[in-house]
Amino acid sequence: MGNEKDYLELIDGEKKFRHIGTRPIRPDGVDKVTGRANFGADFTMNGMLHGRVVRSPHAHAKIKSINSTKALKLKGVKAVVTGKDFPTLDPSDKAVGEVTVSFFDMSRNVIARDKVLYDGHAVAAVAATSPQIAEKALALIEVEYEVLKPVMTVSEAMKKNAPILHKGMKTSGVEPTPSRSSNVASRAEFKLGDVNKAFKEADIIVERDYTTQTVHQGYIEPHACVADINADDMATIWSSSQGQFMVRALVAKLLAMNTSKIKVIPSEIGGGFGGKTIVYLEPLAVLLAKKAGRPVKMVMTRDEVMRATGPTSGGHARAKIGAKNDGTIVAGELEMEYEAGAFPGSPVGLGCMTGFAPYNLKDVSCVGWDVVVNRPKAAAYRAPGAPVAAFAVESAMDELAEQLKIDPLKLRIKNAAVEGTQAPYGVKFPRIGCLETLTEAQTTDHYNSPLGPNQGRGVASGFWFNIGGQSSASVMVNPDGTVIVATGSPDIGGSRASMALMAAEVLGIELKNIKPLVADTESVPYSDLTGGSRVTFATGKAVVEAAEDAVNDMKRRAAKIWDVDFDQVEWKDGSACCIETDVHKPMTIADIAAMAGKTGGAISGKANINAKGAGAAFATHICDVEVDPETGHVTVLKYTAVQDVGTAIHPSYVEGQMQGGAVQGIGWALNEEYVYGKEGQLQNTGFLDYRVPVASDMPMIDAIIVEVPNPGHPYGVRGVGEVPIVPPLAAVANAVSHAIGIRMTDLPMSPPKILAAIDAE
Amino acid sequence: MADVVIPIEVARSFCEGRTDHTVDGDNIRDLVKELSKLYPGIDVRLNQGLAVAIDGEIFQDWLLEEVAPSSQVNFIPAIEGG
Amino acid sequence: MAKYHVKTTINGDPAEFLCGTEQTVLDCLRDELGLTGSKEGCSSGDCGACSITLDGRLVCACLVLGVETEGKDIETIEGIADGDDLHPIQKHFLQEAALQCGICTPGFIVAAKALLAENPNPTETETRYWLAGNLCRCTGYDKIVTAVMNAAAEMRGE
Repeated sequence: MGNEKDYLELIDGEKKFRHIGTRPIRPDGVDKVTGRANFGADFTMNGMLHGRVVRSPHAHAKIKSINSTKALKLKGVKAVVTGKDFPTLDPSDKAVGEVTVSFFDMSRNVIARDKVLYDGHAVAAVAATSPQIAEKALALIEVEYEVLKPVMTVSEAMKKNAPILHKGMKTSGVEPTPSRSSNVASRAEFKLGDVNKAFKEADIIVERDYTTQTVHQGYIEPHACVADINADDMATIWSSSQGQFMVRALVAKLLAMNTSKIKVIPSEIGGGFGGKTIVYLEPLAVLLAKKAGRPVKMVMTRDEVMRATGPTSGGHARAKIGAKNDGTIVAGELEMEYEAGAFPGSPVGLGCMTGFAPYNLKDVSCVGWDVVVNRPKAAAYRAPGAPVAAFAVESAMDELAEQLKIDPLKLRIKNAAVEGTQAPYGVKFPRIGCLETLTEAQTTDHYNSPLGPNQGRGVASGFWFNIGGQSSASVMVNPDGTVIVATGSPDIGGSRASMALMAAEVLGIELKNIKPLVADTESVPYSDLTGGSRVTFATGKAVVEAAEDAVNDMKRRAAKIWDVDFDQVEWKDGSACCIETDVHKPMTIADIAAMAGKTGGAISGKANINAKGAGAAFATHICDVEVDPETGHVTVLKYTAVQDVGTAIHPSYVEGQMQGGAVQGIGWALNEEYVYGKEGQLQNTGFLDYRVPVASDMPMIDAIIVEVPNPGHPYGVRGVGEVPIVPPLAAVANAVSHAIGIRMTDLPMSPPKILAAIDAE
Repeated sequence: MADVVIPIEVARSFCEGRTDHTVDGDNIRDLVKELSKLYPGIDVRLNQGLAVAIDGEIFQDWLLEEVAPSSQVNFIPAIEGG
Repeated sequence: MAKYHVKTTINGDPAEFLCGTEQTVLDCLRDELGLTGSKEGCSSGDCGACSITLDGRLVCACLVLGVETEGKDIETIEGIADGDDLHPIQKHFLQEAALQCGICTPGFIVAAKALLAENPNPTETETRYWLAGNLCRCTGYDKIVTAVMNAAAEMRGE
């Protein structure tokens, strides 16, 4: 993997980082290997009630009545809430930011009003003195439905006479605005140049349709929270989410509460991958707690997680690429329809923007359709929208390479986006590492190793924007010279380690003297949520600035003690040093901290930023598979992920993101899919038949870190978390296609599908 | 004068499909104000769900971001992350 | 509902609790005894986050009723370290960065310990098949398998 070497180079080379690029044990590690760490479901309070949710058994139905009389009579039941208990919101009330949401829709996703729109849609919630009583009460809440015909797929939903999910919804983005209601929420379009003209100039054109199914983020920890609210309406919520401030903002909005009356304390989070960037239980728990006058704990079952949270859109994509005989691609076209689930808002627009981003194309057209169906509302999932688009484009690139008899990496290298290339969404790239991941992939032993019978190799590239956004950090110097680094960013994959490493680098002290912590909503200023691959970049930048602020504070104190000018003090190896005189012995942080009372009080640094300059991420993956021609079973033999990470702060956790994202993508390609029955009920609501990859399915995943530093971060960091899930769908599909000699265009490539393809030949 | 590109959907609704504009201003707020003089209502639309890229750098919250006379400004959908 | 009085040994110490007939041993550990290190990911025996051993046998705590543990020896994640001395598997999970979010980690460590008790020198394939009942969605398993095999080597004195 070569990172130890990089580390040594850092020490002896020009960067001379002391901490960045090392692999220390994470600060929260011991609690997580001993069972002490508290996740969402681990918190309890005295007098706590247990809440459960009544969920719709129908995919599409009108709610005629809800009667909770019998449930409320059951001994131990303390409160029931339904949609009637929620404030009515304005349909135009939308928020734009890291997650674009319609609060009107979100409120109806948290609890149905006049209509249920998917199997598992919340209809009512109940709180009781034990989980067992709450469970019993569920059956006593009587809901009368008028069942409607469900619309389960994009193609059904787009038919002229399809049942309409939302009366009055008109397709936006088309002119003139249609007069009829439609299940098509919107159309998005991105265009460069003149694609029709460019296709005419192409020597060769490949074009094909691709389909994928709904898949779930599959975090192992179900959603969980505890809410308590007193008679003054002061609410406290303990919950597992990707953002405590996000929970606060959404609960405030959905319940029409004042933000200052809600305190959210983040627990450890047991995986999210985008699926915990919104709320499901928290507003219900707060309302139940208010009605009952007691704290309420709510924990989803796996069945509820699968039926009512996540997932990400299944979809259809048509990709068309035109090229010259020498392999120069001259035109690209992508048209996609994504399932949004029950409410508008699939990531199809992001898919359109990302599909062709790894390539230098002057004439390109990408059109996306956002379509509602009777499935749970799509939530963000790791590089939302990008994997399906990349599946189509990267499969088409592979087919093009095949037809032109050009090596698929060479074809990509010939057309790779570089600094100054205009992306399909119009923006010119700053310094990026797309080409570097391709050339690095070319030199791997993996790519140059031989294949056996029934084996195939596939490659694919991928792009993700990465975002910055608002982050806050406080660096507090304790009287003994140890340091607390507080941020508002939940640690979902080891970010405490990267925060501590960056603070240590600035402060020049040992890592063991730094305690990074994830603070509640009343202990640090606002921060955006953990998502968009932004924490090590944006919150890291805030930590660096806060640490620099603390260093400046300490330099001022030293100047005061020595009675010299501020500019006579410099910071070196964790100590203040006097530049021009050796009269004053350097003062360590501990020395300065001990004098804090005499020099103006406690020492700290802070930074509240809206981080700019998030560098884009590119990755190239190589996958070898063997297909059993008797059963259609695919074995992944070897997998290599190459990625430009800017600078790896803690290389082990960077590799972990690359390996984990790759395996999620492999699951998407081979096993995972939502299976619905005829009436729209989800059939596979557990891990037994919604099959995520297990250890015995996987080989080791070689993670090759490429470092093209991002000029927008003091240490060169680019986000790393999302792009690893972009290439695998196509990398695996290309490998399978080569192994069996048939182009596979429909995911997941389950054994029956592969057998059918082989038999059809 | 900055080169401003607006999304095709917005252009269709407000500017008879014209996506590329040359606009005067020191920050994005100024540019949007100028555009709305020519295309009334476009300021409201540009404030809904759009991020801005200034010379390739993306801003989700763009109101007061500065632009140079030679800047390339693209209004693009806000990027949501996972 | 009448509750049963159950006497067990948990992590070497005598432990008694009252439990209903419908409560799993996972419910009892978490809700009655406050041992929340064992996690509930699925309650159907598919994810392994609640892995414990019963008289040395690896089980999913969500598939065993509390009343079934009468007289049995239970070991949970809370009993793996010896005081503040981490078990080699725990140490290697930390050294090899074999956890990201950490929710599956207790189950993996309990399962890995059971593996090494049965097979102190497992191959990569044997390790992967033994751990196939434990789901991890963050790591892609690479570093987990490495950590378990490195811990095995250390425990063999290599």
